[in-house]
Amino acid sequence: MKAYLVLSDGTVYEGESLGAEGLTTGEVVFNTGMTGYQEILTDPSYAGQIVLLTYPLIGNYGINDDDFESDSLKPTGLIVRDACESPSNWRSRKALHPFLKERGLVAIQGVDTRAITKRIRSAGVTMGAITTGSPEEALDVLRRTKDYGETDFVYSVTTPQPYAWGRSGKEALDEDDGSFPRRLAVIDCGLKYNILRRFAAVGCRSLVFPATVNADELLAHDPDGILLSPGPGDPARLGPIVETVRSLLGKRPIFGICLGNQLLCQAIGGRTFKLKFGHRGSNHPVKDLRRGTVTITSQNHGYAVDPDSLAGTGAVVTQINVNDGTVEGIEIPDAMASSIQYHPEAAPGPWDSRPYFVEFVERMGEFRR
Amino acid sequence: MKVLVIGSGPIVIGQAAEFDYAGTQACKSLREEGCEVVLINSNPATIMTDQGMADALYIEPLTVEFCERVIRREKPDALLPTLGGQTGLNLATALADRGILQEHGVRLLGTPLDSIRKAEDRESFRELMREIKEPVPESWIITSRRELKDLLEIAPYPCIIRPAYTLGGTGGGIARTPEELWEIGLKGLALSMRSQIMVERSLLGWKEIEYEVMRDSAGNCITVCNMENLDPMGVHTGDSIVVAPSQTLSDIEYHMLRTASLKIIRALGIEGGCNVQLAVNPDGFDYYIIEVNPRVSRSSALASKATGYPIARVAAKIAIGKTLDEIDNQVTGTTKACFEPALDYCVVKIPRWPFDKFASGDRTLFTQMKATGEVMAIDRTFESALMKALRGLEIKHRDLRHPGMAALTDEELARAIAHPTDERLWALAEGLRRGWSVERVRDLSRVDPWFLRAITKLLAIERRLQLSAESGGVSEDLGKLVHEAFLMGFPSPTILSMLQVPASDLELVQKAIRAQQRLGSDHEAFVTAVEASDTLEQFVREVEEYAEQPALPLGGGSGTVLDGKLERLAAQRYGTRAALEVERQKVMPVFKMVDTCAGEFESATPYYYGTFEQEDDAKLRPTDTRPTVFVLGSGPIRIGQGIEFDYSCVHCVWALQKMGYRAILINNNPETVSTDFDTSDSLYFEPVTLEDVLDVAAHENPIGAVVQFGGQTAINLATKLERAGLPVLGTPPSAIDQAEDRDLFERLLSDLGVPKPAGRAVRSLEEAIRVAREVGYPVLVRPSFVLGGRAMEIVYSEDQLRLFYREAEDANPGQPVLVDQYILGTEAEVDVVSDGTDTLVPGIMEHIERAGVHSGDSMAVYPAVSLSQDVQRQMVLAACKIARALGVRGVMNIQFVIRDGRAYVLEVNPRASRTVPYLSKVTGIPMVDLATRCIMGSKLADLGYRSGLWVIDPSEEDRFAGTPCQPACRGRILPEEDFVSGAAVVPEPILYAVKAPVFSFQKLAKVEPSLGPEMKSTGEILGTDFTFEAALYKAMVASGITFKGDGYVLLSVQDPDKPAAIDIAREMIAQGFRIAATGGTHDALREAGIPSHWVMKIHEGQPNLLDFIREGQVSLMVNTPSADAKAEAEGARIRRACIETGIACVTSIDTAKALVRALRVFCNPEASSCLRMEQYLVGRPGGA
Repeated sequence: MKAYLVLSDGTVYEGESLGAEGLTTGEVVFNTGMTGYQEILTDPSYAGQIVLLTYPLIGNYGINDDDFESDSLKPTGLIVRDACESPSNWRSRKALHPFLKERGLVAIQGVDTRAITKRIRSAGVTMGAITTGSPEEALDVLRRTKDYGETDFVYSVTTPQPYAWGRSGKEALDEDDGSFPRRLAVIDCGLKYNILRRFAAVGCRSLVFPATVNADELLAHDPDGILLSPGPGDPARLGPIVETVRSLLGKRPIFGICLGNQLLCQAIGGRTFKLKFGHRGSNHPVKDLRRGTVTITSQNHGYAVDPDSLAGTGAVVTQINVNDGTVEGIEIPDAMASSIQYHPEAAPGPWDSRPYFVEFVERMGEFRR
Repeated sequence: MKVLVIGSGPIVIGQAAEFDYAGTQACKSLREEGCEVVLINSNPATIMTDQGMADALYIEPLTVEFCERVIRREKPDALLPTLGGQTGLNLATALADRGILQEHGVRLLGTPLDSIRKAEDRESFRELMREIKEPVPESWIITSRRELKDLLEIAPYPCIIRPAYTLGGTGGGIARTPEELWEIGLKGLALSMRSQIMVERSLLGWKEIEYEVMRDSAGNCITVCNMENLDPMGVHTGDSIVVAPSQTLSDIEYHMLRTASLKIIRALGIEGGCNVQLAVNPDGFDYYIIEVNPRVSRSSALASKATGYPIARVAAKIAIGKTLDEIDNQVTGTTKACFEPALDYCVVKIPRWPFDKFASGDRTLFTQMKATGEVMAIDRTFESALMKALRGLEIKHRDLRHPGMAALTDEELARAIAHPTDERLWALAEGLRRGWSVERVRDLSRVDPWFLRAITKLLAIERRLQLSAESGGVSEDLGKLVHEAFLMGFPSPTILSMLQVPASDLELVQKAIRAQQRLGSDHEAFVTAVEASDTLEQFVREVEEYAEQPALPLGGGSGTVLDGKLERLAAQRYGTRAALEVERQKVMPVFKMVDTCAGEFESATPYYYGTFEQEDDAKLRPTDTRPTVFVLGSGPIRIGQGIEFDYSCVHCVWALQKMGYRAILINNNPETVSTDFDTSDSLYFEPVTLEDVLDVAAHENPIGAVVQFGGQTAINLATKLERAGLPVLGTPPSAIDQAEDRDLFERLLSDLGVPKPAGRAVRSLEEAIRVAREVGYPVLVRPSFVLGGRAMEIVYSEDQLRLFYREAEDANPGQPVLVDQYILGTEAEVDVVSDGTDTLVPGIMEHIERAGVHSGDSMAVYPAVSLSQDVQRQMVLAACKIARALGVRGVMNIQFVIRDGRAYVLEVNPRASRTVPYLSKVTGIPMVDLATRCIMGSKLADLGYRSGLWVIDPSEEDRFAGTPCQPACRGRILPEEDFVSGAAVVPEPILYAVKAPVFSFQKLAKVEPSLGPEMKSTGEILGTDFTFEAALYKAMVASGITFKGDGYVLLSVQDPDKPAAIDIAREMIAQGFRIAATGGTHDALREAGIPSHWVMKIHEGQPNLLDFIREGQVSLMVNTPSADAKAEAEGARIRRACIETGIACVTSIDTAKALVRALRVFCNPEASSCLRMEQYLVGRPGGA
């Protein structure tokens, strides 16, 4: 079946339908990672976005039971060059196409993904639609769709109810078997499971709260530390959450990841801005300004912190992106808080930043001492 | 800082052109950083050993002694050991071990030696892996029955048994049960000379994955690329079909292995590049570390070309202390070297094996690499990249069809699938073609189903095309099918042959289309002209009338729809209709950029691959008004067509650029300098086939193509390109045909009065016998139009002729076989540069071995040492005449045999030969630069040159100052007219430069190592000095002809060589060597009064000379092949034994004589010089 990708400026790419039939809209972004489509498809930070994968052969190792980053598909659409019909991997349970169909995601294949990538690179991210119907209709719908930046996505992806993540994975808040020495409170703005898995792997139980949680509620559980999670959308729209973060400052060690970094910066008075086409991929070099070393990181963000806005806030920029110099990490020594713009939990991407989980657990331990 | 760089020496299997690429990049990179580079490399065919690549260039033998001499002369501050392959690394280690580096205060750059040792020493590497908790396959060294018995219970099955110290690894095997282990183990213990076997967990069938990783001195680590081998564990990665990036690993698996690789280079403390090989369980998360290469390697060259990330360049900068975030990413120009390339395409590498030349060779692939070269293909899907790689291999099979496989029984085929050989890919395809399930083929081969399903997809197209042919085109929509086939990567010749379209039908369609295109606006006239025709035949006649006209310019859309008339008429015949459909559906590729970042950042790298997509990256380049010229590369490295051709292509590009042209290179060999993205103005990484070149041409619209530097690969396309409308620059294709076509060539030579051996081209055995009787035995029998003397034989009798004729016929079906009088004499050759009128002969090379040894396998000396003034005169005049008659514009090579003072022409090759780089370096004449200028229309006279023979003469004034193409040294040209008048006198040489071949027999079991008319060497080295003896000595040492230990020199020669053997023995004894000899040779020596130790031949009993060799009693062997078949079979065994024990084996009596000549220098190496290359060109200090 034919499918079309329609961009907001009216450009139409013809391809083949992949996954479900129908029409979908979203901000078209590209990810340059060569593996990790299953993780990307379930990453809440892609809410509201149509993801284009630049690697042309997608679905080779199928969809398995384990590599989910949330319970559902989060992007609103998927663009690939060539979807594999008969995957091969010992963990594979099904192929991409039936999986998408089953989960109702509208996607397209057989388009020149490199051409579209180059277009986004030079013109910046744009709204787009994928349809199995007529492109004219899609453009019409697209014109009436709210821009990505005008929508609040965090509240639609955050957990409705608090839960915990312990030795055996997801569990009820009061199911604590007491075997983990540390307890972490997580503000879920669009959390990836692997963050919880990584904390569990280093002996830390996570208590996950909806993004609407207030500081007192959270502190009532007496956590050893607080994690500000990643998540979708324009961070500048998240005033209430920023408020919560502000009132938590100094009370517990705080660690922010991605959106969490932007929330933390805003909480001390910093500002964010939108990048032309964001950072999405598994190969971004980040320099640690104090150690002088460079780490390859997994990234997925369309907004960045304005370093000038941090002047006088007590925050120190500790890490920057080697490619474009944007802020990749800050520290607020007085508030026991630090954050990074990239994803130490990887999934997908390199595992080089895993030490952050150990480090934060150690910091929580120090706080308790 | 002054840095010594050690090159990798001659090309051998496992160490090929990739080190020229890496070394060249590293030299450039170091000099960019302000370092002064001192280079030592014995291989003259490299770009690396060009004047100007290093600050001080030494083309000297790669031995500890010569390296020490270089260090003493140059006093470098540091040594960079990791760029010259295993050779460079071993030398650096030896220099360090012997305290030479310390003595001269030379420090080692890059990866510390200690790390290298840890990575290379099996035990310490295993220990380190255990320390950092990375798994290595369990293994045991067993030295007794008791140990073996104890192992039976704990060994993991299956396991591999390898006896230690056996010839050629015989007696090993795989045990699946304790019983098998006991049986094979016992056999192995008995076979091993030291009663030792190694038992290792077998990982056969596991996935083999490689990571190319880099680390800088600050500890920053990145992976440049990962690669997945299509052939699972058990086949050397150099012999595996390799795909980049990995295709069947999930993100977790990918990063698990990446993390392990980085952990390893951190633990090793690598500073530079490193290759990590891992075995991965296809059914779980387990993996084992197999091997680590702590240096730039073949894999890193492949990774560089696959990703655009210049590993060697960056490694060199890391070695001098830069960190990854300080080094620019040259490709994007905006980002840093500290990132991991993201690919948005699929890369397929297929090795090129030498078994087309070594029919007797063991084709089984195991842990010893056997490939001489490789091709790489880039496309957006695996299927089309595979198809591209296949046609780029330039072997008989250009797609997945293989008649040999089709002829196998199911049982045989199952075996062919299960046991890897160079042809396994076709076996896999044949199995699937027979309808065997993917699972069945997977179980047999352990090849991942992902690859097998891709092959199945290609076979489905193949099947549909065949069905269409069988049904006469009624089975399905032909146009749609053909279109699909194109998109899947099927080239038009393959589609046409699958559709069973006769060549005549295709030609007809092409003619028709061309005629129509040519008519342009007169289209109506064409229509009217054919309107009346009622049959296809009539139509053909009409069309041909139009098509008679000269070649039409390229372009104008070959997909032009023909007039309905043709279509209607064509419909009568399926072939014509199918051909029409193929022409009409021909999809033109777009070209995408290899930019290291999957399009994320804007890049300006002109590095492209063709694919069927929508948007073209190559069209976006800034407008360049320079006229565009194509340079066609030489494809994969194979015996007979090696790195020399790449050298010439690169120089041609540089010359074109200097002249103001935009030079575009088309090549598909990932190992070479030519495919470095900054060599040409644009690099198209595509197969060098007619279709692919024409596709690029349609896109770039060049003024023409240079084909004479890309070996047989490029020259074979000359006529076809011209016919397709792409002008061939330089020597016209008709002249190429004239030189290749036997009858035309004969007529040409007799017209010119140039003698050649009597003989003819024949098309039947009867005719061959007649010719042989006419010219008299022995005769030389060879196929026409093949390279490197394939299937060439010297035939002494009619019986032999009957035997060999078929072989020669099969080597190039459809082409005549050449039968010539065999003249046993001195061989000599010239490479010349001509502008069509004037011809410069830069030098005459004389072969050490007489006729009968392929020129590529013989040692050659420049200038001639034994040729009379008159013979040299004949050669120069013949060269000038032939070049003029053929209208050569560019280079040409002529081979001569000299007997009784007469120079007979054996062969004329109107293209660059193997000796162009060698001759350029030792004569100082920039041959390719000069030739390229001639190709583009310059006259030699305009460039300061003239017709005649160039001689180096340091006393000459500099006549070339200010000319665009100056020699590297002073000299003069002895003019052609002085040769005509007889006034020319070739002066005494200033220097002697000996080129010697290097072989890879150690890597190729069962290949007969004696020299003959068929070429067998893989590489060459150069020895230059002021005396012939010293130059010979250096050439021999550098090519591995040395005395091992202080044992006997063993002589065993055929009867005609016995007198020479006596001289050789006498001279050897005089220099203090001990002689041993077999039967007849021993008798001959005794009669001559020369003492020698008698050794039994194999059939004479035991202990015989095989035992003698194994016991280490032999220091060097001289064994000349016998004409007697029985003696010869024994000789072959002896020579193999030498190869396997690392004893030099000289198989030509002429080589042995040369060895004796150099003996005095062998005994006193200080009698040779060790100088910068340019210092040889100015003559011996203080005059001759």
